[in-house]
Parts: sequence; structure tokens; C-alpha cells
Amino acid sequence: MPRYFTDEHEWIDVEDDIATVGITDYAQEQLGDIVFVELPAIGTMLDKGGDAAVVESVKAASDVYAPITGEVAEGNGMLEDDPALVNSSPEEDGWFFRMTVSDKAELEGLMDEAAYKEFVAGL
Amino acid sequence: MAPEDMSAEMPLGTLPLDAWHRSHGGKMVPFAGYEMPIQYSGDTISHGGGIVAEHTWTRESASLFDVSHMGQLALKDADNDPGSAARALEKLLPGLITNLKPGKMRYSFLLTEAGGVIDDLMVANTGPHLALVVNGACKWDDIAHLREHLPDEITLTHFDDFALLALQGPKAGEVLESLIPGTGALTFMTAGLFEWAIDGETVHLWISRAGYTGEDGFEISIHQSKVEVLANALVADDRVNPAGLGARDSLRLEAGLPLYGHDLDLNTDPVTADLSFALSKKRREAGGYFGHQAIAARLADAEAGALARRRVGLTIEGRMPAREGAEVYSGDTKIGHVTSGGFSPTLGHPIAMAYVDSAYAAEGTQLDIAVRSKRLPATVSPMPFVPHRYFRGS
Repeated sequence: MPRYFTDEHEWIDVEDDIATVGITDYAQEQLGDIVFVELPAIGTMLDKGGDAAVVESVKAASDVYAPITGEVAEGNGMLEDDPALVNSSPEEDGWFFRMTVSDKAELEGLMDEAAYKEFVAGL
Repeated sequence: MAPEDMSAEMPLGTLPLDAWHRSHGGKMVPFAGYEMPIQYSGDTISHGGGIVAEHTWTRESASLFDVSHMGQLALKDADNDPGSAARALEKLLPGLITNLKPGKMRYSFLLTEAGGVIDDLMVANTGPHLALVVNGACKWDDIAHLREHLPDEITLTHFDDFALLALQGPKAGEVLESLIPGTGALTFMTAGLFEWAIDGETVHLWISRAGYTGEDGFEISIHQSKVEVLANALVADDRVNPAGLGARDSLRLEAGLPLYGHDLDLNTDPVTADLSFALSKKRREAGGYFGHQAIAARLADAEAGALARRRVGLTIEGRMPAREGAEVYSGDTKIGHVTSGGFSPTLGHPIAMAYVDSAYAAEGTQLDIAVRSKRLPATVSPMPFVPHRYFRGS
């Protein structure tokens, strides 16, 4: 399953026509202790680059953007009781939401893992 | 993902402990004109680091905070008579300073004629002079204000070559007593000069038993050339870990302590800020300070139940925090706004300070806070949210 990354530190896994979205290990490290995640409601239409979710750390609220255009299909209910999953398992159990893929061509503009690693190393 | 913009005006100053913070995994951010650690991480931090771990460690053991950004000032006259400095300072603030005995300290405010808060500060009588500790972000304005309004015979000294360390937490007393014998005898809001023998030298420390976390603890003033030795000696004790600005903010919020520039400003008076405890009774009547008329009018308003607005604590349902600027509602009516808010690590739910229309300021009043598209149910709650545990003597 291919994984893509954005320069806003979201990751996106695409399987068939459904994408799973979360924030990267680098992102959770920068945010620190996460206390709440506000997820988009199922059925919400997201535009690539638009606001999708909000992640609240002890210190501040940060926006999470939609990496591609599509419709929200599912939210990660586990984050409601245990938002710290985003800190302990950002790129697996701590995923945020699943969405449809409206336009596969949008994926081409995203980074692969090697490119993202290089991007983070340069920050 | 877009983290909050932490940028500030350049250029930033560096603290005497800058390299020490970095070697202890301090994540440096701009604050009050300095690069300061917001939190720590890495092998030297026994609890693993991060704001919540640093917060909890402070409530359970002891944490070392570098607060050297704060302004350390001294006032005295040519005869080393703190009495004349006290009389002069009393014209600028509402606290009783002339009766402050050597070794005692008091919380007060610099006020405008309109009763607005220029800064909140600590005033101590050291014996030969008055020592003031003011907020880092306000210190240059405070110095200008003091210099403008104090008579020429009062000397104002800015101890800008001194660092300030805060050791805070229930184990702070035993830790500091083991390092600097005698400090354990200080009680809350008292201070003294201590000698610390280290590396064949005697270092002088001005130590006060106070802080900004709600816990027992100390603030230690030390020359910048010796501060690294002291920081190392303190964290060498297993009971002590360093803690950054993030934990300092969540701790003071739980303790109900206002942060200047957020919960206090030029447009806010101490009565509206619910800090009337710091308005000395004698001086409420006698006056003779900037802002007295306005303060007297606000106190009369408060007495008559006619105060326009008041600072309150809010306990928020659920887990979503409300931040500074969030609007507070009673039904559909906007009745105030949040000035500080966040998740309370100790309580496990969000808390906030807000200014609300005083008709809605009674404890137990049910309100809503607007956060993005949601309304968060909130209850007006007494502060501190987490009880203070100051050491007032055994």
C-alpha cells in the first residue's frame, strides 16, 4: 500500500479508493502531549489543502489539512478516549480519518517516504 | 499541520543558561524577547520530558525553571534606608510597602491613573533596599515608568547580570535545605540572603519562598557567572528535573494565577481581575497612589454588585480546550471572553480564565464557550482549580 506525505506533515495511505490520513511522527513530536482531536463528521466534503481536523496539544491548537479532495468516510473513534495515541502511534493506531479519493492525480503532487525524510531533515 | 506561530520580534536575547538548556534537550522558543525552553526531552530528563510529564513532576516532586527573563530591580536611597524608597514606591502601587519588614515580600501592581495594570510584581524588603521582580515582557516599560515617577534621590538598579531560578514542588524544601542549609526555615512570602560554598568560593544568593505554580518552592537570584553551577547542583538531585514554559503555564493556570498580557493588562484593574486581596485595606482608604480614585470606584461597584465584569474560573465539560479569545455565552448572549485556557493535566479536563459580565460571575453559573463550530458547556468555578500548597510554617 503506497504511503504519501504532505509538506504540512500529514501522511496518507491509499488502498483502492479509500485513503487513511494521519499526522507524522515528526508532527506529533513538534506538538507534544496531545489532549484532544476534533475529527470531521462522516460525509464532510474536504478540499485538498483545506481544514480537515484540529489537534489540541497542552499548549496550542493546530489545524490538520486534507491532503487530497474527497469525502470523509470514517473517523478514528479510539482518539476520543485516548488522544495520546497520536503521540504513541502516530503513523499506525493514531490515524485520524478515512476519506474517498476524488482525483487520483492529486496524489502525484505528494512526497513519498524518502522525499519526506529528506524534507524533514532540511527543517 | 500548522503549529501555532511562535515568532516574535527580533533580535532575541539569550539567557545565561542558554547552552545548558540546549544540552538538556530544551526546545527553545521566543518568549518575552528571549529564546527560552518550552519543554525538555532526552536522556538527562528522568521522567522522559514533555509538558505533561514536567507538569506532573512539579506537582509530585520538584522542577527547576529558568525565569531569568524576568526583571530584577532594586530601589534605595543614598542612606540605604528602604523606608524612603518604600514611601516613594507607594505612590505608584496600591500595596502597603512602608510596613514591610526586612525579609518579607508582597504581591502588588504598578497602576495607571485610570487604575489599569501596567504590570504585576513582587516587592521584597531586603534590609538595605527594596527588591522588585517584574515580568520579562514588561521590564523595560516598568523601568521607564519607575524612573519617570520616582524622585531623583531614589536609585533604581537593574540587576541584568543576575539570573533567576525557580525551584517548585512539594520536595523543593527538602532539596534546597540539603544544598543550602537554612533555606528550609523560610516560609511562604519571606526571603533572605544566603551563602553557598562551592568550588572553594562563597556565592551569595537572594532566595525567596514563592513562585508561580501553586506549589511550595523558591526563587533564587544568583549572579549569571554562577548560575550553571547551581543548576547542575539542583538537577544532580534525583528529585529535581528541569521544566519549561509550557508546564509553567499549565501549572499557573491550575493555580488560578493571572498571566500579564493575557489575564491582566492596561485596560484591566485589580478589582475587575478579582485580585482585591492585594489591595491593602489601609491604603484603600488613605489612597495616595496612581489609580486610587478608579480603584475606590471599582471597589464601591463591587460592594454594590455593580461591577461591570470580573475575572472568573471556568471548568469545561469534555476534553476540548478553549483558548484565549474564545467567546463566552449565556444562551445566545455573548457575555465575555476567555483570556487563558488549556487542558489541566492534574484534573484531566480543560479549564480556563475568562472575563464575564458580573451578572454571570457567581460560582456554579452555567455558561457556554464557543470554540470553532462547537459550544462547550462550562461552569463558573472557584480558583485555584488545584489547591495551593504553600509552606506557611510547620
